[in-house]
Amino acid sequence: MSDFSSDNIIRRDPRAEWIARNRLHPLHDSVVSAGRGEVRGPSGLLRKNPHLVGFIGPNGIKRIDRANTNSSAIGGKKWSAPQDVVLPLHQVVNPEGYIVVVPDMVGGRLTAHDKDILGLAHKLAGEHANFAVVAVCFGESKETQFDLAGVDRLIHLFGSEFDGFAPEARLSALMQIDAQYQPQHWLFPDSINGGADLASRLAARLGERPATQAWQVSASKTVCRGASASTDITRETPKILMLLEECGDAIDETRHEALPLDLDGYGLDYWERAESRLVDKGLIAVDPNAIPLAEAEFILSAGNGIHNWDQFHECARALGATEGASRVAVDDGFMPRARQVGASGTWVTARLYLAVGISGAIQHMQGIGQCDKVIAINTDAACDMVKRADLAVVADSEEVLSELIKLAQQYPLSIDNVSNVNEENSDAA
Amino acid sequence: MPPSVNMVALVSVGRHPQSGRSRRAEQDGRAVEMGMNLSCDIDGQLSVVHVGDSKEPVLRQYAGMGLDALTVLEQDSGLDVLPGVVTYLKETKANLVLTGVRAERGESSGMLPYLLAEQLGWPLVPRVAEILSIKEGEAQVLLALPRGQRRSITVALPFIATVDNAAKGARQTAYGPGLRAQLNVVESEDNTDDIATSWDISPAKPRPKRMKVVKAKSAADRFKAATAKPAGGGGRVMKNETAEEKAQAIFDLLKQEKIVR
Ligand SMILES: Cc1cc2nc3c(=O)[nH]c(=O)nc-3n(C[C@H](O)[C@H](O)[C@H](O)COP(=O)(O)OP(=O)(O)OC[C@H]3O[C@@H](n4cnc5c(N)ncnc54)[C@H](O)[C@@H]3O)c2cc1C
Repeated sequence: MSDFSSDNIIRRDPRAEWIARNRLHPLHDSVVSAGRGEVRGPSGLLRKNPHLVGFIGPNGIKRIDRANTNSSAIGGKKWSAPQDVVLPLHQVVNPEGYIVVVPDMVGGRLTAHDKDILGLAHKLAGEHANFAVVAVCFGESKETQFDLAGVDRLIHLFGSEFDGFAPEARLSALMQIDAQYQPQHWLFPDSINGGADLASRLAARLGERPATQAWQVSASKTVCRGASASTDITRETPKILMLLEECGDAIDETRHEALPLDLDGYGLDYWERAESRLVDKGLIAVDPNAIPLAEAEFILSAGNGIHNWDQFHECARALGATEGASRVAVDDGFMPRARQVGASGTWVTARLYLAVGISGAIQHMQGIGQCDKVIAINTDAACDMVKRADLAVVADSEEVLSELIKLAQQYPLSIDNVSNVNEENSDAA
Repeated sequence: MPPSVNMVALVSVGRHPQSGRSRRAEQDGRAVEMGMNLSCDIDGQLSVVHVGDSKEPVLRQYAGMGLDALTVLEQDSGLDVLPGVVTYLKETKANLVLTGVRAERGESSGMLPYLLAEQLGWPLVPRVAEILSIKEGEAQVLLALPRGQRRSITVALPFIATVDNAAKGARQTAYGPGLRAQLNVVESEDNTDDIATSWDISPAKPRPKRMKVVKAKSAADRFKAATAKPAGGGGRVMKNETAEEKAQAIFDLLKQEKIVR
């Protein structure tokens, strides 16, 4: 090719420059956007044109959209938030030691408490060379993000012996892990979800003195709460720790391998030896409205969009839900004050919150901040509750509730017909 | 003939959460209540045992619940209570021990029932809400689970049960009968707690609240994080389906979350 290719020669177009300088010129926009890319000055220096940033608002005033929400902005480099960043992978090859975390896995997922403990485990592992963080998970799990939560190795124990209430079977599995991997530390959530119970059993069996209600942990020192949280006990870090919430910071900057780890003799006679002296008879049906609203697992909440209250109560009964309400429903006298969810009512922690005819005012949203999953039924597709919801149904509440009642009434029948195998299910239904 | 169920409730000195004064411990009181109710319903006998100082006035609050006598294993404070209790339980041939989940003073580790269970080789039933029945050496027990749920289990005697706050509240105590109740003081050997002597115990420091840290690289990202609406994106929205399909989708989610079982 010749030396006169357009790449090598800088050609100036005085007219285009003139139009570009005159931001009121009708062709201004197109000229400016044509000259996008980097602009070099006569000396070859990169020039940035501050006039190209932003756009002219309707009243002729220049606006700069720094949040970059308006994609129609012209000029300037377009930087959108990086999406799907691949975090660096933290690898542990041939670990020399292990720190074992036994998460609660409420509902089959890591809780925030579990993630904090995994973060703390990495802090402890960081003080040794080449230590791996192991998570022990019993039964079926719905967690898909073990790698992002900081699990280097995963011991996943399936089997019917671990389902339901099985502290003795779980203890014998933990004993086996202890014998095989000799972990430096055992970390448990100090929670009512079984973590504290399992940890105490393990500590008693191993003859270790655990740290309970620990909240500040380093490799050498541990600070625990004592005497109903009125004293701090500073002590050496023991092998078994039961940790309070927010004891560490969850992992958020690395990815981990979450490689499966074997357990010798798993499924063999070792498990049969651990005869279970506590025989689980399954969950008992409790009156959902007797459960305190703040603790309830499943709340069916009514707002101004409910017109058939008898149907609403029937639906709550059929689904076995605890009833909640927005302030409007309470003020109008349809629900008692104790059922109000929100800033001036109860802050709920339900795993599933089903909001029927609730618009999602900020005072209401504050109250459901800790709910895992939200389902909305609303006629207005643009309301805030629909935006917050994991599943939103745009429909009239009365229609959907009547269909839900039908489904709920058919459901136990269909189980009884299909299988009586799962004792847990039929007991709880 | 000795009663078939020989119950022992272990009681400790509680701590009022606001004033810090000594009181009847919440869960221990419930354990005594549970034992008293059980001894009415079944062929059983309850003894209430405290390890520590026999001059402790709080013991009279337990006695004032209607107990004729109370056993105290006399011991200095700050010592290991476990060996004394184990010997006592073996001597009296107890076959059901009721305790609180966690003491309100001292380390409050909640380990005592577990260590007892381990030493005696008995099963431990955690967080009991109610003992429904004890028939032919087998007890039917309701456990208190989080979120107000209950689980039913059966367990053979002997066993140790820790009593949850969900159990029936302790009855009122009466001052006079409390004073009149008999205290059986048993001398117990002293066992120092060697590990705990190396601990440093101080009043609790308030824990720092966790801040919402925004890890943003640029000012624009920080601005966005500060002004963003709490609305989380990515939810599924169903608009044009029929009401049946919508209800089915909701119901499927309930099933998937194991809300409806
Ligand atoms: C100081 C203060 C404190 C407050 N504290 C609280 C609080 O603690 N809790 C609280 O809830 N509120 C509180 N509020 C009130 C709050 O601001 C809202 O007014 C209230 O939450 C709105 O309730 P709502 O969503 O039920 O009613 P609306 O806002 O009237 O919403 C009704 C919704 O139902 C939908 N709808 C209507 N008909 C149907 C139908 N047939 N089928 C389906 N959907 C339908 C509509 O589209 C709408 O989205 C407080 C307000 C103040 C000022």
